[in-house]
Amino acid sequence: MTTEIILRGRGVHPGCAEGEALVTRMPISGFGGIHPLSGTITERRHELVGQSFKDRVLVFPGAKGSSGWASNFQATRLAGAAPLAMIFCKMSTKIALGVVVMRVPAVTDLEADPLELIRSGDHVCVDGDRGIVVIRRQP
Amino acid sequence: MHLTDEEQRLLDGEGGPARRAAMQLLVRYGTVLGAERLVDTNNVAGGGVASLPNRRDVVADPMDMDATFALLSLDSDETFEIPPVKANTFKLIEGMDPRHWQIQGVSERTKAIVERSQSFCGKLGISKCNTCTPYQVGNVPVFGEHCAWMESSAVIYINSVLGARTNCEGAQSTGAASLVGKIPYWRLHTPEGRRATHHVRVEHRIDDMMDWGLLGYWLGETLDDAIPVLTGDLGPGELRKLKHFGAAAATSGGIEMYHLVGRTPEAPTLDAALGGRPAREELVFTDAQRREAYANLNSATEPTVDFIMLGCPHNSLEQVRLIVRLLEGRKVHADTALWIFTPGALRDVADRQGYTEILQKAGAMLMSDTCPALGRVKPEGARVAATDSCKQAHYLPATLGLQTHFGTVEDCVESAIAGRWVGRLR
Repeated sequence: MTTEIILRGRGVHPGCAEGEALVTRMPISGFGGIHPLSGTITERRHELVGQSFKDRVLVFPGAKGSSGWASNFQATRLAGAAPLAMIFCKMSTKIALGVVVMRVPAVTDLEADPLELIRSGDHVCVDGDRGIVVIRRQP
Repeated sequence: MHLTDEEQRLLDGEGGPARRAAMQLLVRYGTVLGAERLVDTNNVAGGGVASLPNRRDVVADPMDMDATFALLSLDSDETFEIPPVKANTFKLIEGMDPRHWQIQGVSERTKAIVERSQSFCGKLGISKCNTCTPYQVGNVPVFGEHCAWMESSAVIYINSVLGARTNCEGAQSTGAASLVGKIPYWRLHTPEGRRATHHVRVEHRIDDMMDWGLLGYWLGETLDDAIPVLTGDLGPGELRKLKHFGAAAATSGGIEMYHLVGRTPEAPTLDAALGGRPAREELVFTDAQRREAYANLNSATEPTVDFIMLGCPHNSLEQVRLIVRLLEGRKVHADTALWIFTPGALRDVADRQGYTEILQKAGAMLMSDTCPALGRVKPEGARVAATDSCKQAHYLPATLGLQTHFGTVEDCVESAIAGRWVGRLR
């Protein structure tokens, strides 16, 4: 039977999207950390190096590194390689601007740690209007 | 978010469509941050238009400057004429060196985009300093000045060393700030947002450039985006050392501000830096952490070196002079390229000093306006790089696919002459 977990938080970009989660405990660098035309993580020592967040729900602690964060994530949108939605923990100017220019549903400030509860491969619905995340996992 | 009457009028379109789009962007952005209001700024350092890779690759016509600025610097899908900037605005790094673009492997198309962008910046009144270090060439913010800067290495420098106030902004927020002179009043603009959160006791003596860099690289990786206050065995930190230290800390993590007790302006004492609160955590930096950072930065497995870059962040004249002294009368190996980067304004001085010529005679190149990681410029066929910059050593494998050696400037110059890596951790 499918397990369902509902988490409430703050929606920071409107819209709803659902899909397969890609989860990392490591913050992501925009410039020099991703290849924006394919959505692939390129940072040499990142645990997701070589994996793409394109068409997946990206679940991560937050942004780090260069101030080119928003530009590189805006480029993923323009190149059709953006994630479906984003769930993150730590607010920063890099990620806030990134959310604005990426224009995908995004939720933060969740009542429980999404990095604990969501695993890569889980099916996740992100409701950016109401700030709700629904996690569905097959046994 | 609370808006003043003036801000509301701009949002209503009184200042024209471009300034309205700028206000819309700032309101969307400030709302996500949870900022209560905007703050006036007359000091912006921004990214310009579409001359860097990833930017020029995703717009329909990177030669259409108005549409490109609207999309990439304001995140607007509308098209309108971009008016002159309202705030004093400095252009950061560019896509090529106007003098050595051919050696850098820059295409005619990229050259045309860069030249068009530069002329557009001139029309808007954006100062074309074309460097990651505006504070080295005429934009030195004063204590307490509210700024809107991007370029993580410059953000951490002006917050920590100068006591100016900026968050790590991006292309769209600086584009908007340049047009309306506003930025969200959030975190590092506020007195409480600038207090140290973590205390780091430095138990390994920090003196030379490399050790400052390794300390910064370890700090960023360990603390993510915290605000550390450092005490302990710290040698004199002049501009070039703090420039390198901050750049490293802002690369491996997201540190935007630090305090050095008794040195930086908001840390007369440990207690003042912490704002009277206890540190959330206390950490220790010893030789073990230094060795770990060194190992993490060195990604090269081959001993040969075919490309050496010095000057990230852009070198000061003092740094250029040191390289001149190390290289004078010697010759860079025929199979190795040595590129040194400095702001254009400082290269003019280097020309006058005779440094440019000495470097050229030794087989090295003094370049300006760009850098390998951001402009994605490198010598043709280069595979193994070396650098004295933690930031560049971190980014070169990901942006240019180069395996990279990291060491001191002396290691790099000796390796350039030998044509193979001779550096080691001392």
